[in-house]
Amino acid sequence: MNPLPSPFVRAALDAAGGLPDSGIAWLDAARRENLQAFAESGLPEGRNEAWKYTPLRALSQRAFALADRTAASGLAIDPALFALPGLDGARIVFVDGTFRADLSSLDADGIELAPLSAALSSQAEPLRFALANRYRRGATDAFVHLNAALATDGFVLRIAEGATVSRPVHVVHVSSGSQADTAWHVRLLVEVGKGAAADIVEHFVSAGDATQLGTVVSDVVLREGARLGVVLLQDASPATTLVRRGHVRIDAGAQATLHALELGGGLVRHELHADLDGDGARFDSRGVFALAGRQHVDTQLEIRHKARDTASDALWRGIADGRSRGVFRGAILVAEGADGADAALSNKNLLLSGMAEIDTKPELEIYADEVKAAHGATIGQLDERSLFYLRSRGIPLAEARSLLTLAFCRAALESLQNDTLREYLGERLVAHLPTGPAE
Amino acid sequence: MHMLKIDNLHARVEGKEILKGLSLTVKPGEVHAIMGPNGAGKSTLGNVLAGRDGYEVTQGTVDFAGRDLLALEPEERAAVGVFLAFQYPVEIPGVNNTYFLRAALNAQRKFRGEDELDSMRFLKLVREKLKVMQISDELLHRAVNEGFSGGEKKRNEIFQMAVLEPKLAILDETDSGLDIDALKQVAEGVNALRSPDRSFVIVTHYQRLLDYIQPDYVHVLAGGRIVESGDKDLALKLEEQGYAWLAETHPELRKADLAGAPA
Repeated sequence: MNPLPSPFVRAALDAAGGLPDSGIAWLDAARRENLQAFAESGLPEGRNEAWKYTPLRALSQRAFALADRTAASGLAIDPALFALPGLDGARIVFVDGTFRADLSSLDADGIELAPLSAALSSQAEPLRFALANRYRRGATDAFVHLNAALATDGFVLRIAEGATVSRPVHVVHVSSGSQADTAWHVRLLVEVGKGAAADIVEHFVSAGDATQLGTVVSDVVLREGARLGVVLLQDASPATTLVRRGHVRIDAGAQATLHALELGGGLVRHELHADLDGDGARFDSRGVFALAGRQHVDTQLEIRHKARDTASDALWRGIADGRSRGVFRGAILVAEGADGADAALSNKNLLLSGMAEIDTKPELEIYADEVKAAHGATIGQLDERSLFYLRSRGIPLAEARSLLTLAFCRAALESLQNDTLREYLGERLVAHLPTGPAE
Repeated sequence: MHMLKIDNLHARVEGKEILKGLSLTVKPGEVHAIMGPNGAGKSTLGNVLAGRDGYEVTQGTVDFAGRDLLALEPEERAAVGVFLAFQYPVEIPGVNNTYFLRAALNAQRKFRGEDELDSMRFLKLVREKLKVMQISDELLHRAVNEGFSGGEKKRNEIFQMAVLEPKLAILDETDSGLDIDALKQVAEGVNALRSPDRSFVIVTHYQRLLDYIQPDYVHVLAGGRIVESGDKDLALKLEEQGYAWLAETHPELRKADLAGAPA
């Protein structure tokens, strides 16, 4: 038990005290309940297994006020900050967690995209199931409780049954970096209708260097036979602390694919829970984290096969340079009755510096028969023979290192179908890779 | 004027002295073959000249066209014109062969203050060289050496040499593991690259490569030094008699230094 709440918890309680009621009774009740759960548990501590490699002692001593919404609405943000080549479809932009209509463009064929505030004021009831969801009590889900208590903005995205949305929906989270020691919280709800197909690019950037905390909780549902591709590009400033939790439910015959590139952030936790709920559901995840300096990025995948003939394939690559630390946990559960499941998980990591650290932990729990499961995790260094080979042909050491590092990551990004985006991610990765000799 | 002058070279690998006073002078346009029993230091010589980590030079000098070669980084050695064809070319998954070769050529050109080739000019150059080497352009689209057969790897080494146009090419047992057809192809590639201002040092265990590439000089490397030099007839004598006879003229060589005669 914690006799005295930490500065982090006290600041969250203060922030909640300043929030106006939504005017929706069940929503206000859910917020209060989540705030109470958060206050009781506080931030997870070292003995919490799920947070073992991501200590939050330093974070718990910091106090974040809620980012000012009026200020966030008025900040001048250059759209070039988040422009991505080839992305000219719907776009929704949040600055410090506040929806910015002036930077967004919500209309596109086949989709219904609305900021959370607007969705709640027009038709709140359909959102009740997600927003009044009772999370597990306890510190493991502390940030989810915090988000549920404090997030007043976000979006609801619905893809109509049978619709094929050809242009990806661009979701942008801008940390202004100008409101020091503030926090923002965003809640996202996505529903891809039966047989519908769509792509989302979720994009994190910073406009300044002030320390900020952001949390994003998303609920994604893929109805029967739906297809969703998600690209995640996290390019926030090193002063940013980001905590994300995504729940993805995949119904029968539906397929979700994720390509993630984590480049920025100071302290980052990315949790993704995928439930393969229907027969023949499929979830592919590909990701690269490339860390330097004192970055700490923690990726937690939980994939649960709950129906027959479901498939999941996770292929993640990690690179850590400087004094950075990468954490990867990939847990696959094959539930009783999920016969015919096919699960593969690979996590390979490169340590580019003697001061960097990577902790990787594949977990496999199987309660069904006739299951195919393969997992592997490695941590290594650049191959000296390959480096010498490249140098012996005239390629300078720094370029040789960067070439081999990129080659190491290539497998994780090459399956992205969108050529323009794939090339752009590759370029961003190259630009981010260390070019100097190892420490 | 010499192209390469190695003088009294001593080198250690993992604390063990392998080269013990090796001297060799190569003039422009010459082809030198270096033969010798197993463990004589043949591969060490190539690796030391190319600048591989872990090969520690303790004594001696290597002058390459007026430069102190040993003071240069491996990539700088390549840029001034030294090329090592590896005995075991490494496979590098994820790095495209063409991309790699263009990056290498342009890095060398940049170092020498020459303009870099754009992809059009580079492709034109590659096509010319492919014809000479009889390499299918399918190999170009694959990752560096990945999944290549032994023969393909060796031909890819010679192809790289053709594109990079070094002043001095060191072939480290390029013939090992090749069947007779592959051996001929490699030899033809090398012969096509012979010119009055390009020199070759061909390290080999067997005489048969020298049936196809005519050397100007043949040297025997044993006990970490060049102990005998001659012309092509020396290679034939080694083929017939092995290395044991060298003990008569070189009593300082131990029996172990002369073991491992060619098959």
